[in-house]
Amino acid sequence: MRNLSLSALGPLAALILLIGLGASLNDNFLSSANITNVLARSAFIGMIAVGMTFVITSGGLDLSVGSMAAFVAGMVILAMNALQPRLGVGLPLALVGIAVAVGVGLLAGLANGLLVTRVGIEPFIVTLGTMGIFRSLVTWLADGGTLSLDFTMREYIGPIYYGGFLGISWPIITFALVVIVGEVAMRHTRFGRYCEAIGSNEKVARYSAVKVERIRLLTYVALGLLVGLATILYVPRLGSASGSTGLLWELEAIAAVIIGGTALKGGFGRVWGTVVGVLILSLIGNILNLANLVSPYLNGAIQGVIIVLAVVLQRKKASVEGR
Amino acid sequence: MKRRQFFGATAALVLAAGLAAPATAQDAKTFVIGVSIPSATHGFMGGLNWHAQETIARLEATYPQLDFVLATAGEAAKQVSDIEDMLATRNIDALVVLPFESEPLTSPVKAVKDAGKFVTVVDRGLSVAGIEDLYVAGDNEAFGRVAGEYFKAHLPAGAKIVVLRGIATTLDNERVDAFEKAIEGSGIEVLDKQHGDWNRDKAFTVMQDYLSKYPQIDAVWAADDDMAVGAMAAIEQAGRTSEMWIIGGAGMKEIVKRIMDKDPQLPVDVTYPPALISSAIEMTALNFVSSAPVYGRFIIGSTLITPENAAKFYFPDSPF
Repeated sequence: MRNLSLSALGPLAALILLIGLGASLNDNFLSSANITNVLARSAFIGMIAVGMTFVITSGGLDLSVGSMAAFVAGMVILAMNALQPRLGVGLPLALVGIAVAVGVGLLAGLANGLLVTRVGIEPFIVTLGTMGIFRSLVTWLADGGTLSLDFTMREYIGPIYYGGFLGISWPIITFALVVIVGEVAMRHTRFGRYCEAIGSNEKVARYSAVKVERIRLLTYVALGLLVGLATILYVPRLGSASGSTGLLWELEAIAAVIIGGTALKGGFGRVWGTVVGVLILSLIGNILNLANLVSPYLNGAIQGVIIVLAVVLQRKKASVEGR
Repeated sequence: MKRRQFFGATAALVLAAGLAAPATAQDAKTFVIGVSIPSATHGFMGGLNWHAQETIARLEATYPQLDFVLATAGEAAKQVSDIEDMLATRNIDALVVLPFESEPLTSPVKAVKDAGKFVTVVDRGLSVAGIEDLYVAGDNEAFGRVAGEYFKAHLPAGAKIVVLRGIATTLDNERVDAFEKAIEGSGIEVLDKQHGDWNRDKAFTVMQDYLSKYPQIDAVWAADDDMAVGAMAAIEQAGRTSEMWIIGGAGMKEIVKRIMDKDPQLPVDVTYPPALISSAIEMTALNFVSSAPVYGRFIIGSTLITPENAAKFYFPDSPF
C-alpha cells in the first residue's frame, strides 16, 4: 500500500479509536460473541456497500438497494412457502430460495442498469423510482403486514445465518469473500480500472474504446446480485420480510462507501475503505447500546459527524494533490 | 385562460351532479363516510388497514344507504390533502380519521367539522379539544400499566429486566412511564431501555447487545409484538431461551397463537388492537342508520391475553 494519505488513514484511525473506546467502556465489547454479532450484522450492508463502491466509482448511484433487499426477501419467502408442500422441508427447498434470491436480485439490478445505460435516464432518478416500486411491491405482497417463512423451514435454514465454519459464522465468511473478490476486481482487473476511468472522465473512457454502457450495466447487475446474496443471509435470521425491511440501507451503504474514501463523484474507489466505513457505522450503534454514553436519540448525529469528517478529509487530500 | 375555464366548467358540472343526486334520491338518502388512515408501513398499521377494509366491505353490504371513501396516507401532508379532497369532491357526511400527527391535522379536521360534518377521531387526539363528535382510542397508559402489573406479580424483588422502547413519541413515553410506575416498589431493576423503533431488525440488534452486556436478565418487556419476535430470535441465538420470558404488545396473530399453545417464553400479551378502527367505523355508521346516541369518548381498554382467553383475540386471516 503505497502513499497512504490522510484520507486513507483517517477512517482507519477512527475505526481503531472506536474499538479502543468500546473496549474501555465495556468488558464484553471484545468478547467473541459481541465481535461475531457486530460483524454478522454488518455483513448485509457490507456486501451491498462493496457492490455500491463499484457503482459509485463508475459515476453512478443506486438508491433502490434497501427496497430491493426487502422485495427479494419477500419473493424468497413467498416462493419457499408456495413450494414447501411439494418439496418438503429440506435442501431442495433451500436451494430454491437461494435461486430465487439470486435470480430476482439479478433481474432487479439488470432493470436498474438497463434504464440507466440503454434508456439513458439519470441513475438518481431511475433508482429513486425503483426504490418506490420495490418498497410498494413488498408491502402489497405482504398485504401491508409481514411475510413470514414457515416455522419448520426457518428452523432448517437458520444455520445459514447462525451457523458457521471453524467458529466463524457464515455471514462473516461470505462478507470476507465478497470483500476479497471486490478488492481484487477493483485493483487488479480491467473491470476495476474501467470503472475508475468511466467515473473520472466518461468521454475519455469512451474514446479509449472502453465499452462504457456495458461496464456500467455490469456494475448495477453485480450490485443486484450482491443484494440477492445479502438476502440469502438475511432471510434465515428472522424468517420474515415487511414494508420496513431494509429501510434506509441504501443510505447506510452509500455513507459507508464515502467514509471509506471512494469519491462520490466517481473516478476513485477503495473497497477495503468501504469495509472500514461499514464497521465504523455499525460499531457506533453497538457502542451506544453497550455503554449508555449518550442518549440513543443522538446515534444519527454521531454517524452524521463522522460522515462529514470523512468528506472533509477527502477534500484535504484533493487539495494537496492539486486535483 | 382556456384551461381555467375548462376546469371551472368541470367543477360546475361536478357541483351540479352533487346537488342533483340527493334531490333525485330523496326517499333513500345515501350517506358518504370518509375514512382516512395512515398507510400500512408496519405490522400494526397493516392490521389496521386490513380491519378497516373488512369493516367497510361488511357495512356496505349490510347498509345499502352507506357509501365509504377510504384513503391511506404515508405522511401527514398527504393525509391533509386526502381530507381536503374528500370534503371538496366526495361530498362526505362524516369523517373517520386516524391522524398521522396531531398538530398538522388539527385545522383540516376542524374545517370538516365547521362544514357541519360528523367527525370521528381515532387513537391520536387532535391538539385542540372539542372538535370531534366521537373519539375512539386505545389506552396507552393501561398498555404500560397492565404489562407492569404482570411483571410485578410474577417476578421476585431483585429481578433484572430490560425494556425495548418504540419510536420516540409521546405515545411511547406514556406507555413507558405507566410501566415504570406500575413496577415501582417491587424491587425489580430495569437494567436498560433502548429504542427498538417497533421494528424486528432493530429489536434483534438491541437485544443482542443487551445479551452481551448483561449476564443476568430475567424478563424482557418488548412492548410490541414485532419487537418481541426480533428479541426472541436474539435470545435463541445466545442460547438463553430458558432464562427469561418476554411480554410484547398489540396482539399479533403469531404471538397470540403461541400464547394459546402455552409457550413458556411468551406467557401473556397486552392488547392494543388494530381492530379499534373497526369500532370507530361501525359506531360512525350507527350514527346514520340508527337512533342510538353516538358521541363522546370510547376508550378500548388494554387487557391481558392469556392462554384461557386467547381464542377471542386470534384473527388467522388478518395480516397482523
